[in-house]
Amino acid sequence: MLLINCPWCGSRDETEFHYGSQAHIGYPEKPDELTDTEWAEYIFYRENTKGWFAERWVHSVGCRRWFNIWRNTQTHEFGPSYKPFTKQPSRPK
Amino acid sequence: MTTKRRHTAHLPEHPDFLWKNPSLKKSYDVIVIGAGGHGLATAYYLAKNFGITNVAVLEKGWLAGGNMGRNTTIIRSNYLWDESAGIYEKSLQLWEGLEEEVGYEMFFDQRGVMTLAHSVSDLRSKQRNFYANAVNKIDSQWLTPEEVKKIAPIVNISPGVRYPVLGATYQARGGIAKHDWVAWGYAKAASDLGVDLIQGCEVKKIKVENGKVIGVDTNQGFISANKVAMAAAGHTSVLAEMAGFRVPLQSRPLQALVSELLEQVLDTVIMSGAVHVYVSQAHKGELVMGAGTDAYNSYAQRGGFHVIEHQLASALELFPIFSRAHLLRTWGGIVDIAPDASPILGLTPVENLYINSGWGTGGFKATPGSGWAFADTIAHNRAHDLVKPYSLDRFVTGHLIDEHGAAGVAH
Amino acid sequence: MSTVKFTFDGTDYRGNKGEPLSAALLRNGIKVFTESSYLLRPRGVVGLGYEEPCALVQIDSGSGEPMVPSTKIELVDGLVVRSLAGVGDLPISPDKARYDKIFKHVDVLVIGAGLSGIKAAAKAAHKGKSVIILDDQAQVGGYLNDKNEKINSKLLKNIKKNNVVYLQRTTAIGLYDQNYVVAVERRSDHLSSEIIPNFARMRTWHIRASEIVLATGGFQRVLVFPNNDRPGIMLSHAAATYLHKYRVGNFKSAVVVTVDDNGYQDAIRIHKSGTKVEAIVDIRAKVSGKLVKEASKLGIEIILNSTAVDTSADQTGAVASVFVAATKLNGEVIGNKREIKADLVAISGGWTPTVHLATYLNLKPVWDSKIAAFKMPKLPQGLSSTGIANGEFDKVENLPAKFFGIIPDGEDAKVSFIDLQRDANVRDLRRAVGAGLTSVEHIKRYTTIGTAHDQGKTSGTTTMGLLAQLIDKEPQEVGTLTFRPPYVGVPFSALAGRDLGILSDPIRTTPIHPSHLNANAPMEDVGQWKRPWYFPIEKENMHEAVLRECKAAREGVAVMDASTLGKIDIQGPDAAIFLDRVYTNMFSTLKVGSSRYGLMCGVDGMVFDDGVTTRISENRFLMTTTTGGAARVLDWLEEWLQTEWPDLKVFCTSVTEHWSTVAIVGPKSRNLLAKLAPKLDVLNEAFPFMENRFADVAGIPARIARISFSGELAYEINIEAWYGLHIWEEVMNKGREFKITAYGTETMHVLRAEKGFVIVGQETDGTQTPQDLGMDWIVSKKKDFIGKRSFSRSDTAREKRHQLVGVLPLNIQTLLPEGAYIVNEGSSNTSGKIPHIGYVTSSYHSDALGRTFALAMIADGRNKIGQFAEVPMGDKVAQVEIVDSVFFDKENTRRDG
Repeated sequence: MLLINCPWCGSRDETEFHYGSQAHIGYPEKPDELTDTEWAEYIFYRENTKGWFAERWVHSVGCRRWFNIWRNTQTHEFGPSYKPFTKQPSRPK
Repeated sequence: MTTKRRHTAHLPEHPDFLWKNPSLKKSYDVIVIGAGGHGLATAYYLAKNFGITNVAVLEKGWLAGGNMGRNTTIIRSNYLWDESAGIYEKSLQLWEGLEEEVGYEMFFDQRGVMTLAHSVSDLRSKQRNFYANAVNKIDSQWLTPEEVKKIAPIVNISPGVRYPVLGATYQARGGIAKHDWVAWGYAKAASDLGVDLIQGCEVKKIKVENGKVIGVDTNQGFISANKVAMAAAGHTSVLAEMAGFRVPLQSRPLQALVSELLEQVLDTVIMSGAVHVYVSQAHKGELVMGAGTDAYNSYAQRGGFHVIEHQLASALELFPIFSRAHLLRTWGGIVDIAPDASPILGLTPVENLYINSGWGTGGFKATPGSGWAFADTIAHNRAHDLVKPYSLDRFVTGHLIDEHGAAGVAH
Repeated sequence: MSTVKFTFDGTDYRGNKGEPLSAALLRNGIKVFTESSYLLRPRGVVGLGYEEPCALVQIDSGSGEPMVPSTKIELVDGLVVRSLAGVGDLPISPDKARYDKIFKHVDVLVIGAGLSGIKAAAKAAHKGKSVIILDDQAQVGGYLNDKNEKINSKLLKNIKKNNVVYLQRTTAIGLYDQNYVVAVERRSDHLSSEIIPNFARMRTWHIRASEIVLATGGFQRVLVFPNNDRPGIMLSHAAATYLHKYRVGNFKSAVVVTVDDNGYQDAIRIHKSGTKVEAIVDIRAKVSGKLVKEASKLGIEIILNSTAVDTSADQTGAVASVFVAATKLNGEVIGNKREIKADLVAISGGWTPTVHLATYLNLKPVWDSKIAAFKMPKLPQGLSSTGIANGEFDKVENLPAKFFGIIPDGEDAKVSFIDLQRDANVRDLRRAVGAGLTSVEHIKRYTTIGTAHDQGKTSGTTTMGLLAQLIDKEPQEVGTLTFRPPYVGVPFSALAGRDLGILSDPIRTTPIHPSHLNANAPMEDVGQWKRPWYFPIEKENMHEAVLRECKAAREGVAVMDASTLGKIDIQGPDAAIFLDRVYTNMFSTLKVGSSRYGLMCGVDGMVFDDGVTTRISENRFLMTTTTGGAARVLDWLEEWLQTEWPDLKVFCTSVTEHWSTVAIVGPKSRNLLAKLAPKLDVLNEAFPFMENRFADVAGIPARIARISFSGELAYEINIEAWYGLHIWEEVMNKGREFKITAYGTETMHVLRAEKGFVIVGQETDGTQTPQDLGMDWIVSKKKDFIGKRSFSRSDTAREKRHQLVGVLPLNIQTLLPEGAYIVNEGSSNTSGKIPHIGYVTSSYHSDALGRTFALAMIADGRNKIGQFAEVPMGDKVAQVEIVDSVFFDKENTRRDG
């Protein structure tokens, strides 16, 4: 049961959240102009980093808002969380 | 109350000698990265079927210490899609002669695998699965709740259950095996055929020259190889990155648990996707159960306890008799999952580098088939027919093999 | 202390209330508790707590429980137990006891209420922090309590403060990320051997703490030598406690075999309890100090440089004597054997700090040669350890020896046990090493050491130590201890808690549900919803009821509770633009007051939900979704709004539960609506298809939508949820003159299938595009929407994909099974795999068609219309014709009545 810091509500148990995998993947501006390979990258390819990973969560049974957070996928240690479209804090050490 | 003393089945002993611990050579025909079930099986079939014995299996930890030693050992082949049915059925056929072939007791036990349906729509999709198996000539039976009860009397089929049992598919040829024994069987057989099993050897870099793999850098130095095959499950993404390409995989914790040894109450395997239960009772008597994956990416080999608690509550709904069994041990593995919950197999953008990954929650049962077809693919440097549908290319064309319906219970 | 009666293996005994069952059995002269699992050797009690490897019992009183260490059962009147040999029995009767869960946040959680734990709790309490101190034992004091030593009462007062919760009989079973501990409290087994009604037998605590202090103490280790498993051979701390604290008096003479000073302490306690200690056999070469002097003074012989090398047994199998000999620290026996008579052999093989909880976080214990044990590694912030758990052993006069036993060959190896429960011995260890195994993990698996109920609490370090001795390495070079939660076995019930039966998953019902129950409608589970499946009259079966319900909808008027459909209120100036992006078709062109059917795709272009959306006002839409998909769709909309299009001013609110929807369907529905809403102009021209009107229905303000999922003239009456039942009843009352008929989900499915309307999740499985479903008409060419780009991928754009078609069995009575596969004519009897062309998605008897019919997905299906095919159905084969997917009223003549 991870303890996740929602930037709007504060720290809450993992069961209040849903996971959204890698953060900072934008919907392509002009999908029509992408090759099939580029489009496949957008739909299916997400980083699977071992170590510090900037990822998305949504506070489903709290404020229902999405946010980003740094988490170490090897240790389950959390770094800072931040709201979408705000400056990304640097990778924790 | 009368005294009752019973004794558990005494398993036979492992052989006196298992495998050699050779020193690393400077060069190999084939390097297999990962001494899990798939890596060991691949090495074995390379040696056995193709006479390719100048092979090293590199393992960063200890042999079969990853998912191979952490799974719930369910074996079946009754998958929905033709492509899946193809490779899993090949696997099951290999299982059926495996102990004899490699000369190692594996406790392969075709005690049947039952998959329960709990709602009208669940029933419909299980029926489709049942009919798909029929045209693919994979043995499958349809069971009414009463027939479920006949095979597994401890299942609660009363309509009062929150999600009552409405029916089930049953594959009589499905079953279980003992995972360590399977891995060790392959390891011993491969070692006997001359394959080098190298433990504590971590690959740090996959060396590529002019688009072609030339070897690997390890914590024990550079080793050159004509061909390199990745069979590293949850760590595949890390390896692919070393070779300079990406794979659409996510690594997630998958937990499992066992009880203490108990008198036999269940002699088949029961799975239920709708209520997230899969359970069997091992030969010695412990209940072996699996949970769903935890929600997030992780390499920590552990998950949250709430997943276990939820799993046990679900189990007690269906099996009230389990209420006083003791949870004895829980553990987690790292499963690599592709967007369509099917494996990624075959060639890669790097010449002579091969991938075997994405088995998600279904890897154990695929061990023989995967190793067999992968060895063939490596030996011939082209995807075997069973492997072809699982190319990386499918994510570009959109020709996915969507086993999500089955993935919830793909164990 | 009161005397209680208990039953062991069918015989009644007496013991002292609250003492460990193992103590009572020993006092009653029972040394042989059971047989070992595999080798059937007699076994007795070894330890005092959860480390016990042998003395397990099955509890038959109360809830009943398999495989419980007798050392952890507090004696209570009426307790019924029997011995078992490694395999438990699951009680068949349902467990009537209650199990609870509780969730807590605290500043400081202390695990273990021995002296160190109490000190840590006192310190935190003193600072005003909120504290939980939990402890596995019935009383505070840890091992001091075993020694009858009292803890300073001033110190104890601290844990009685208001900011401290002390939980006795509570075992921390797991430590998880971010300082999360799960602990199980045993609340009633010590009070009564019966189940106490309305009282939680166990309570599972979920505790999140800012700081956790591990004060978990340690375990004494066994030593390995031939025949070290005989009843009467115990850990010295346990033996001394049974004799001294619990006054078990029936041992004649004892020998203590030790590697440390604890052996001397325990020898003195045993001796003072009245059992003569013949000798202390110490592997160390030189010892001195007060303890040694005291032991000598008591007349106990001290034999140095030596250890136990064998034992003999009496006729019951219990130990009768121990053989000792001079032995090197590497286990090599160098002296002659000397026999000493003893019916108690107390072993002090050194102490191991209990590091389990920390290892669950993948922290690796470190070897400390000073204490000859693994101890806690450096712990991360927020986690600390203290006392024995931290390797802070009591001040000793002589350092313990790094010695784990002797490692005999041959027959002796087979009876030199490492894991008593698994009967795993030195021979197994030798074989493992000989087999080429180097990893301690492999050795565990090869020998099964550490896999029993006790998970190697006494055998873990011993295995590594012996292995190190065997291959001449230091224990830390051999590997590290790996443990897995839970720390002790926990009944499944305790972890399931009350999440069973109707509490296993919420049940959702509509406000009209009571009426459905009155009508005896069987229910269908749709997600968490209970929906009426059909409404049988008298003894009708489903088939008969559905034919009747369908007929009513096609010829008269029928009514359905459609309240479960997901409803999302979408508001904001950009609502229309937003819908254009999420639906495949246009919604910005929709007129206020009108409704439109829409289809949603994932980014992969596959259909994932559908429904009718109504424009309530310029900037407000009411979206409906499938019953099962409501939450998923709302999440989907929010994800896009928040993470992709924050510039759009749109707000989404789930209103599924806010509205009840009663659908009236059939040619006579207009007449019925006129009765229900007298002020509403119901004529077709005044209230056309796909439009909405606001009017009072039976006195209640309602939105009436003219939409149809059956092809018939139909209206959906939407009212605020609390009027749902009222409106339903009014509809039934006013509809009586039209012979109104209630119908359920099955009839709904038949009616829509006759019209070729798809159900997402039935015709689709996540691999269908709108085009596959023959719904190109709903895919806008003018705009981008989620998933559009995916349609042009090579496989998605491929011709001859599976397409939605109709299928008619040539025998009009043959009902195809849903999910059945369709094959080419004449291929059903192929001996190998049968190539298939598709599968049946929906199949029904139709009253309107007077026959059976089905929908199917068939490869290149639209081009195969008019062709024949086969459906293998077990030993039968149905011949079918592939037809258009619309079976009934192809010209849509009926929807206007």
